[in-house]
Amino acid sequence: MASLPHDDRFQTEADRLIAPGHDFGSVTDKISQIVLKRRTPLGWWVGFGIGFLLMNLLFLTIVNLLFRGIGVWGPTVPIGWGFDIINFVWWIGIGHAGTLISAILLLLRQAWRTSINRFAEAMTLFAVACAGFYPVFHTGRPWVAFYWLFPYPNTMGLWPNFRSPLIWDVFAVSTYASVSAMFWFIGLIPDFATLRDRANSKPFKIVYGMLAMGWRGSAKHWHNYETAYLLMAGLATPLVLSVHTVVSWDFAVGLVPGWHATIFPPYFVAGAIYAGFAMVLTLCIPLRKFYGLEDFITMKHLENMAKVMLATGLIVAYGYTMEAFFGWYSGSNYEQFMVWNRMTGPYWYMYWMLILCNVIAPNTLWIPRLRRSVPFLFFISFVVSLGMWLERYVIIVTSLHRDFLPSSWGMYAGTRYDWAAFVGTIGLFITLIFLFVRFLPAISIFEMRTLVPGAEIEEEKA
Amino acid sequence: MSAPSAPAERLYGLMAEFHGPAEVVAAAHAVHEAGYRRVDAYTPYPIEELTEALDLHHSPLPKLVFAGGTTGLLAGFGLAYWASTIAYPMNIGGRPFNSWVSFIPPTFETTILFSALTCVLGMLALNGLPQPYHPVFNVEAFVLASRDKFFICIEAADAKFEREETRKFLRGLPDVSAVHEVTP
Repeated sequence: MASLPHDDRFQTEADRLIAPGHDFGSVTDKISQIVLKRRTPLGWWVGFGIGFLLMNLLFLTIVNLLFRGIGVWGPTVPIGWGFDIINFVWWIGIGHAGTLISAILLLLRQAWRTSINRFAEAMTLFAVACAGFYPVFHTGRPWVAFYWLFPYPNTMGLWPNFRSPLIWDVFAVSTYASVSAMFWFIGLIPDFATLRDRANSKPFKIVYGMLAMGWRGSAKHWHNYETAYLLMAGLATPLVLSVHTVVSWDFAVGLVPGWHATIFPPYFVAGAIYAGFAMVLTLCIPLRKFYGLEDFITMKHLENMAKVMLATGLIVAYGYTMEAFFGWYSGSNYEQFMVWNRMTGPYWYMYWMLILCNVIAPNTLWIPRLRRSVPFLFFISFVVSLGMWLERYVIIVTSLHRDFLPSSWGMYAGTRYDWAAFVGTIGLFITLIFLFVRFLPAISIFEMRTLVPGAEIEEEKA
Repeated sequence: MSAPSAPAERLYGLMAEFHGPAEVVAAAHAVHEAGYRRVDAYTPYPIEELTEALDLHHSPLPKLVFAGGTTGLLAGFGLAYWASTIAYPMNIGGRPFNSWVSFIPPTFETTILFSALTCVLGMLALNGLPQPYHPVFNVEAFVLASRDKFFICIEAADAKFEREETRKFLRGLPDVSAVHEVTP
């Protein structure tokens, strides 16, 4: 084995990305045994069971919705977008951290992304699946919605309106889901090969063997593979920025006060990354604890994620400030009223809770001691998730409920079916995450090998 | 299966096993300098230096992806243009039928989608995957290529391949831990 690498990545406890004493073999065995060991831990069954029950609640609400129509949900004139769009934007935003970690941090050569990228990408996929549920079922009868969502030659000779942000949204979200799935899958191919070679039971060998597609780690393969991986990162980077930009255009292209603002795209993207990192923390803190992965997901990872959350949280806070400033500076009665109504109107408590969660709470992360406290990070990740949900609530509901004409003002509250669908998608998410952790390597094995001391070849030896 | 006592058997090639990345890269340089060309190395993670050592040609993937992206761009814009001006012209708030600015977001997304599809399918095609069978898997120790061992295989189809000569050459490489025969 070559001597220790010369960079200081492995030197101090606070800075290292992998605990000392690991080699290629131990990294491989430690991660693959989570998947390959025969007994499923009891805790897994408990978590999966909870998720599975809640997921069935989602199925029940879908059946109820399809039989009775979307009147069972709360949205009605003037608030035509309620929980369905709030939750859609919330979920899709959560997904963004996965792509940021896997693509943007790869291009920026941030080695710390390596141990968290795999499950962050899985989180992206599952969050997009949860997000997709809402607009599809908000159409009421999705099977007759296809002709105005997707461009295909239909018997009516109709084509979608390409000037509409809602069609942009369909293109953006479906491309995002497809590209994320492909990126995730090619990342998994070498690890499937590892599992194929390690699996003890015949069925697992066959399944992982088929998924690995005959991967043999040849230098020629790796050469094309690395090129493809880098290209995918380069493609996913502008894509992820475009997705939440397009989502923000669903609002910003409209004329409603509180929606019609040029700051929306950058502030939505920052908010998405902020919410996504909170969800990555929510998932990886229990994961590293229960599976003993502290060697691979170190304090350095948690602290870096906290720093990203702090930075994006400050951008989001800037967005709120500018929103209020634009409202005042516009000189428009409607815009000024919207800002005042948000802060002091019937939904004032939502607004101030949002400020508490998204503007005040992340500033605690300036303090190094709090940033390095695992329980505190776990707590703050929930605060941020709640804050981002409130942000979408405030943007959608308070903008719509009092627009231009006082005669068309109204109030909104989610019905029990709205809540059931929301809790149900959380169940779907939990179920998928638990299945993922049980059957696929939650940490990229082949990329972890590159972090092992001696993996990098020193110039004079090569 | 490495069966040394069956000289009449046809061979796919000979495979040398190494313990570390630096050793396999040094060996790859030696193999290349000795004039062997039908050579491949097998490693548990990508090693950039091996690409240079084995003098692998540049991957044509970036050009393919560019072509895919261009197709996506033209297809996306063409679809939006054709649907909005020819197939189903609709007056929306007095905007021109060819309101090309609004067509940019869907065009951008199809560009990315086509590029990504080309990238993934192109990578698999260039690597010849899925491939249900390959002779290297006949070597028992090869399961460790996906764990912590490094291999170099010289194929019998190489012009310079000579069973005993090549075996002796591989055995003589520094830090080699074993030499296996690869049955086809």
